[in-house]
Amino acid sequence: MIPMHYYLLLAAVIFSLGLLGLVINRKNILILLMCVELLLLAVNMNFITFSHYGHDLAGQIFVFFILAVAAVEAAIGLAILIVLFRTRHSIEVDALNRLKG
Amino acid sequence: MQHVAFFLFAAILMIAAFMTVIARNPIRSALFLVLAFFAAAALWILLEAEFLGLVLILVYVGAVMTLFVFVIMTLNIDVTEKQRGFVAYLPYAIISVAVLLGILIYALGSFSAPPDIHLLNGEGYSNTQALGDILYTQYAYPFEIVGVLLLVAIIASIALNVKEKRFNKAIPPEQQMTAKRENRLRIIKMPSNKKI
Repeated sequence: MIPMHYYLLLAAVIFSLGLLGLVINRKNILILLMCVELLLLAVNMNFITFSHYGHDLAGQIFVFFILAVAAVEAAIGLAILIVLFRTRHSIEVDALNRLKG
Repeated sequence: MQHVAFFLFAAILMIAAFMTVIARNPIRSALFLVLAFFAAAALWILLEAEFLGLVLILVYVGAVMTLFVFVIMTLNIDVTEKQRGFVAYLPYAIISVAVLLGILIYALGSFSAPPDIHLLNGEGYSNTQALGDILYTQYAYPFEIVGVLLLVAIIASIALNVKEKRFNKAIPPEQQMTAKRENRLRIIKMPSNKKI
């Protein structure tokens, strides 16, 4: 039987990779959204691991809801992205300075 | 056998995630993310979460990633001029992420794993049925809230992208209802012209 550690380590590595992508990709918002998906995947994998080894289905229910919310987030994020591209003709993160934040 | 499958899919998942992060072309990045989702779905099925593994493939690969690829194709970004500031943040990024990963691995090292009791579920056990049993009873309200949330997403994405006509001549119905005859029609008395 596969030890629980392996899954948790794998999820930690995936989470770190997603975070790395969030920090180093400063040019393309699309890749940032994809990195957020990677982070969510790592979190979901932790949930399912604990659900499996703890014999509690609540973790899987939670993953189900996270999947739904992530789909909503992707849909609205991409809609905003399209509007942004239509007005600014660019999706670079550094070009987003209209609000002068 | 299970170990072989685990290490195979874990390796695929890590490589695909890494390529997603460093790929220069967004379309390649999206396709590697699809590969990562497939590997993750296989791992979830290995963890006896069959329903969620299949939902991951159906919803993510079938819907969300298709949407991503669609948007990438629509936007037609210039591939050559992006990723210029890739290296500038790299040292800080690697240091901070390495620290985080180190902390996580350290925490997992001191984590005492429960003894592998792991009762395999019996012959007639269905993960989908078990999930449905509690999803529609115990978690009925969250389930409905998720439905409302999806409706909000539909309305939001349509409202964001609808192009309103600037000079629309159609009159809104509420203004049509308030129209009176006196606003539109004027009757003028004129003497009739009889002598020719």
